[in-house]
Amino acid sequence: MTTQTIERTAPRLPWGRWSIRGAALTYLAVFLVLPLIVVVVDGLGAGVESIVSVVSSPIARHAIWLTIWTGLVMSLINAVMGLLTAFVLVRYEFPGKTLLNAVVDLPFAIPTLVTGVMLVILYGPQAAIGGWLNQQLGWQVIFAPSGIILALLFTSFPFVVRSVQPVLINLDRSSEEAAATLGAPAWQIFWRVTLPALLPALVSGTLLSFARAIGEFGAIVVVAGNIPLRSQTAAVYVYGEIESGSQRDASAMSLVMLAIALGTMSLVDWLSRRREVQA
Amino acid sequence: MNWRKWLLISIVVGYMGILIIAPLGAIVFGAFREGAPAVLEALQHPHVLRSFGLTLIICLVVVSIHGIFGTLVAWVLVRHQFVGKALVNRLLDLPFAMSPVIVGFTLIVLFGRNGVLKPLTEALDWQIAFALPGMILATLFVTLPFMVRELMPVLEAFGRKQEEAAATLGASGWQTFRLVTFPALRWAFLYGLGLTCARALGEFGAVLVISGGIQGRTETATVYIFRALDDRQYAGAYSAALLLGAISLVLVLVIDVFHRRSQKSIEQR
Repeated sequence: MTTQTIERTAPRLPWGRWSIRGAALTYLAVFLVLPLIVVVVDGLGAGVESIVSVVSSPIARHAIWLTIWTGLVMSLINAVMGLLTAFVLVRYEFPGKTLLNAVVDLPFAIPTLVTGVMLVILYGPQAAIGGWLNQQLGWQVIFAPSGIILALLFTSFPFVVRSVQPVLINLDRSSEEAAATLGAPAWQIFWRVTLPALLPALVSGTLLSFARAIGEFGAIVVVAGNIPLRSQTAAVYVYGEIESGSQRDASAMSLVMLAIALGTMSLVDWLSRRREVQA
Repeated sequence: MNWRKWLLISIVVGYMGILIIAPLGAIVFGAFREGAPAVLEALQHPHVLRSFGLTLIICLVVVSIHGIFGTLVAWVLVRHQFVGKALVNRLLDLPFAMSPVIVGFTLIVLFGRNGVLKPLTEALDWQIAFALPGMILATLFVTLPFMVRELMPVLEAFGRKQEEAAATLGASGWQTFRLVTFPALRWAFLYGLGLTCARALGEFGAVLVISGGIQGRTETATVYIFRALDDRQYAGAYSAALLLGAISLVLVLVIDVFHRRSQKSIEQR
């Protein structure tokens, strides 16, 4: 009896089902998997030694290291400030809160190249603030690592806020209240009770912003320019190598970037699955 | 207690003010430094008009293709059961890890001067690299997940009961989709289209690499801004950047309405 109903409600035309699935999977194969295959095949095609020799050149090494350390600094600042922003937005009531909450999403709405232009106008040597920072403090933002960090902070600000916020909203406050009743000071409650509950979301948001930072191009190329051994990141290096026609170098660096970004994202994936298993 | 609250609020407001609001103000100030007529004049330059036109064309094509195929993919990933579905689902985040420059590079490897597929495209007399088709392909790659990711949760929330009811009453698969499923998806669909469009408007790295940035010919809005900045045509660069930023912002504000309606329709179920 049951089998009969299932048969009747199942689509009568299996070929229609198959063609829809076929079309969907073909589309995904072309637009999702093809670029990955091309990069990997093209990169490994020249052999591992070739990749190592490209990547170990001083300019390439500097670009990779610059990309990683500016990404790490950004992630650290982003973790702290994103957590704080989420906390303030969830726990406090104050005038203009809705507006502040809306401003959080602005960086996702603005094209990253436009972000770069904005930062150049604000911090460029001809600009008031940029000139002042440079002359009074000797601090250069444009064409320097601080500009890269600033650009990355702007483009990835929403990641941590938006990953912590929902967890904080749904957090059961009874443990915090219990700790308060027992006389724990506020910072201790935050450190021992609230933070551990937010940690998974905080870590995944931070790692995602790091993965994203590895490939950021638009904002960085404008802000940092393309100065080898100084402000050239891995993505800008790849662009430069394509422009000068050395595909081998571009492809080796692409592989390295992809490995870092995919590795970071797999870590996020693994952490969230482990959490699901535990829960 | 109260001082702590206001201290934390001021730190957040100050941080966001310096990080986000100040640059936004700077671009308005920078573009209008020489007055509104200068901005209007800069925006009427043929290269600017052409680049924004090209961006619009790319955006429309990309939105139509992802609108159709993205819906199809969401449907298959939610309603069909097949081996490897979980893997496909995880692969959807791949474009997120892929730098736009790398996307552009893969297209150069395929269609560039010594491209793998060059003999084929030459035989067919197709111009892909350094031309519109390549730029559309590049934008398609970077905008793939938006549509699918927006539709999947709504399709899951909608469930199959009403679809099964329609099928029992003799509706064909297409009729069921058109009359039952799609109306439930409509806000999420519009939001997905809007997100895809916003991302397409701002795409830069992938398009720059594959377009070759031929002045006045293969320049999108972002590529024009980049080139104008390089040529020290600051009036043009700043004005175009302001316009592009404003368009993206308005678009995102408008589609936020769709997003809220879509969320509401999920909550009601």
